[in-house]
Amino acid sequence: MTSSASVTLPSYPQPDARGRFGRFGGRYVPETLIPALDELEAAYLAAKADPAFLQELDRLLREFVGRPSALYLAQRLTEHAGGAKIYLKREDQNYTGAHKINNCLAQALLAKRMGKRRVIAETGAGQHGVASATAAALLGLECIVYMGREDIRRQALNVFRMRLLGAEVREVTSGTQTLKDATNEAIRDWVTNVRDTFYILGSVVGPHPYPAMVRDFQSVIGEETKVQLQALEGRPAPDAIVACVGGGSNAIGIFAPYAYLPEDQRPRLIGTEAAGEGVDSGRHAASVAGGRVGVLHGSMMYLLNDSEGQIVPPHSVSAGLDYPGIGPEHCHYSETGVAEYVPITDAQALEALQLLTRLEGIIPALESAHAIYHAVQLARELGPEGVIVVNLSGRGDKDVAEVMRLLELEQPQGQRGEVRA
Amino acid sequence: MTATLTRGAERIHAAFARAGAEGRAAFIPFMTAGYPTAEGFPAVADALLEQADLLEVGIPYSDPLGDGPTIQRASEQALAGGTSTRRTLALVRDLRARHDTPLVIMTYVNPIYAVGPREFMRLAAEAGVDGLILPDLPPDQDLEIADLAAEHGLAVTFLIAPTSTPERVKLVAEACTGFLYAVSVTGVTGAREGTALAEVPAMLALAREHARVPVAVGFGVKDAATARQVAAVADGVVVGSAFINAVREGQDVGALAAEIARGCRK
Ligand SMILES: Cc1ncc(COP(=O)(O)O)c(C=O)c1O
Repeated sequence: MTSSASVTLPSYPQPDARGRFGRFGGRYVPETLIPALDELEAAYLAAKADPAFLQELDRLLREFVGRPSALYLAQRLTEHAGGAKIYLKREDQNYTGAHKINNCLAQALLAKRMGKRRVIAETGAGQHGVASATAAALLGLECIVYMGREDIRRQALNVFRMRLLGAEVREVTSGTQTLKDATNEAIRDWVTNVRDTFYILGSVVGPHPYPAMVRDFQSVIGEETKVQLQALEGRPAPDAIVACVGGGSNAIGIFAPYAYLPEDQRPRLIGTEAAGEGVDSGRHAASVAGGRVGVLHGSMMYLLNDSEGQIVPPHSVSAGLDYPGIGPEHCHYSETGVAEYVPITDAQALEALQLLTRLEGIIPALESAHAIYHAVQLARELGPEGVIVVNLSGRGDKDVAEVMRLLELEQPQGQRGEVRA
Repeated sequence: MTATLTRGAERIHAAFARAGAEGRAAFIPFMTAGYPTAEGFPAVADALLEQADLLEVGIPYSDPLGDGPTIQRASEQALAGGTSTRRTLALVRDLRARHDTPLVIMTYVNPIYAVGPREFMRLAAEAGVDGLILPDLPPDQDLEIADLAAEHGLAVTFLIAPTSTPERVKLVAEACTGFLYAVSVTGVTGAREGTALAEVPAMLALAREHARVPVAVGFGVKDAATARQVAAVADGVVVGSAFINAVREGQDVGALAAEIARGCRK
C-alpha cells in the first residue's frame, strides 16, 4: 500500500463520456463554466496518469494525513449489538478529523499543478472548509470558503480554525443559509473568477467531472479496507458496509471499490440518509427516501424539490448531511439496486453518538453517528457470522457544543450531563 | 435553422427584423415574474412593454446560480409572494392578452423537469410564450428539450460566454432557434460599475459565423451608454438587473426603459 512504485488511482466503468451515471449526473451549469470543466477533466486525467502527481499525493496522505486509517474491531459495540462483528474504518483518525482531507489535498495538488493560485470551497459542517484551508496553507494557495450563516453559528470552532489557517470565510445569507446556498455562492464565485480560480468541491456532487474525481480521491478508504479486512478476516469484502450520506463522498469512497465487483462478491452497501425529524415530517434531508429526480448544482440527482421544482430546504441535526441532494452515482446505485439507502433520524443519531462514546471511547461526528445507528440494527439482523464495516467518517469534536445544547434541552433539570447508553 | 420555423421563432425573428429596419438593436428588458409582487408585476411589465421589442420574463427560482444578488433577491421576494412556475405562466397569459410583443421565458431547468418537459412546453405554449432562455442548460446536455419546445411552437435560446471555445460557440449557435444570447462578461447577472464590454466584439464575430438567428448581448448592461456600446455590434440588448433595481428603489421604470431603448439606436 505504501510502495510508491505502484501508486495508482482506480478506474471505474462509470460515468459515461458525458458524465452520466445512468440518467444521473451531467453538466447543468452556465456555459461560462463548460470550458473550465473540460480543462479540469483533462488536467485530472493527465494527473491521474502521472506517477509524480500520484507519488506526491500518496506521500501527503501517509505523512500529512496519517493514512492508512485503522480498521478497528469495535468489540464492546459488537457485544452490545449482539450480532455481527462491527468494524470501524477510522477516518476520524485523519488529520483535521474527517475523510474530507483526502479529497482536499488531492484537489489542491491538482490546482497547483494547473497553475491556479486561488482556491474556493463551500462547507456545511466546516470539515471540508477546514480541510481546504489546511491544504491551501500547506501548498501556499489563497483560500476562500463560503459558509451559510446558520452553519457558521453551529460550527463556530471550525470557522475559527479556518481563519487561523489563513482562509477567508465568507458568510452566506441567501436562501437557507446552509450548505446548499454556500454551494450556490461558490459556483457564482467560480463563474466570475473561473480563469484563475480552482473550485475545491467537497462531495461527490456538482457537474462532471467532480462526482467521478472526488470518488476516485476518496476510494483510498475502500481500497485500504479491502487489504485490512483480508488480513483481519481472510477476505476482502465484509457482508455489509454502512456509511452516512450527505452529498455522499465518504460513502462512495468506501462503496466504489466494491460496487463494481460481480454481484456474488459484492457486500451489501448501505447509505444512511439524514431523516431529521422523520421523512414524513417534511423536516429531513433524505433525498432518496423523500425526494424526486431534479437538477441542482450542475447535476441530475434525487433532490428535495416541490412539484414546481423549487428546492425544499433540508433539515438535519448534522450540518454535514444537511443537503437537499445526493451524488449522482448514489442515485444510480439506488436505482439499479447496487446499494440501499435508509433514513436515520436526528434522535437516532444522537442516541448512537452517545452509545459509541460510552462503549468505545470514540466520540463520532453526528454525521457518522447516523451510520453507527444502522450498523447496530443490522448487526442483529445479520447474526454472529456476519461482518460489518462502518465508515466512521469523522470525529465529533466539532459537534460537542451542539450536542451539549441538544442534550440539555432533552434532559429535565438536575440531570444535566446525564446521558443514556 | 431548419426549413420550418416554429411560430415562436418566426415572431422573435420578426421582432429583431423590425428593430433592425428602424436602425436599432432590439431592446429586450428582463423582469422576474411576481416582482415586486404578483399584483404589482403587470404594471411593471406593461411599462417595459411600451418600449420592448421582446420581453424576457423570469420564473423565480430558489437556486438561481447564474444570477447575481439583484435577481437572486428578486426571486426570493417573488417566491415568498407565492409566484412560481404556474403563477408565472398565468402572468404571461395575462400579458399576452394585452400585448402582441414576443414574450420569452427565462428559466433554470429544474422547474421544467419538475413539471415534466412535455407538460411544461404545453403549458407555456398555451400561455402564449414564444421562446425559452435556459441559462443552466448547455444544449448538449439535453437533446430532447429543444425538440419538445419546437413541437409546441416554441423557440429556444442558449448562451455563449467570453470563455466559450470556438467549438462551443459553434455548437451553441447552431442549437439556437430563437436568438443567440451572448453573455458580455465572465460572471453572473448584475448591473456593474464600469462594465467592461471589451470581449464582446470578438465573441460576436465568432458567433455570427455560425448563428443563423439574431444575436443579443446581456449581463451588465445598465444604462443608455452601455446599451449604445452593445447596440453597435449586436442585434439585441438585454437589460435585467437595472430594472429590478429601479423597481426596488421606486424609480419610474417606464422612463428608464425609454432612455435605454433610445440607447439601442445604431
Ligand atoms: C464527518 C463527516 N461525515 C460526513 C459528511 C458528509 O459528507 P459526505 O456525504 O460527502 O461524505 C461530512 C460533511 O461535512 C462530515 O464532516
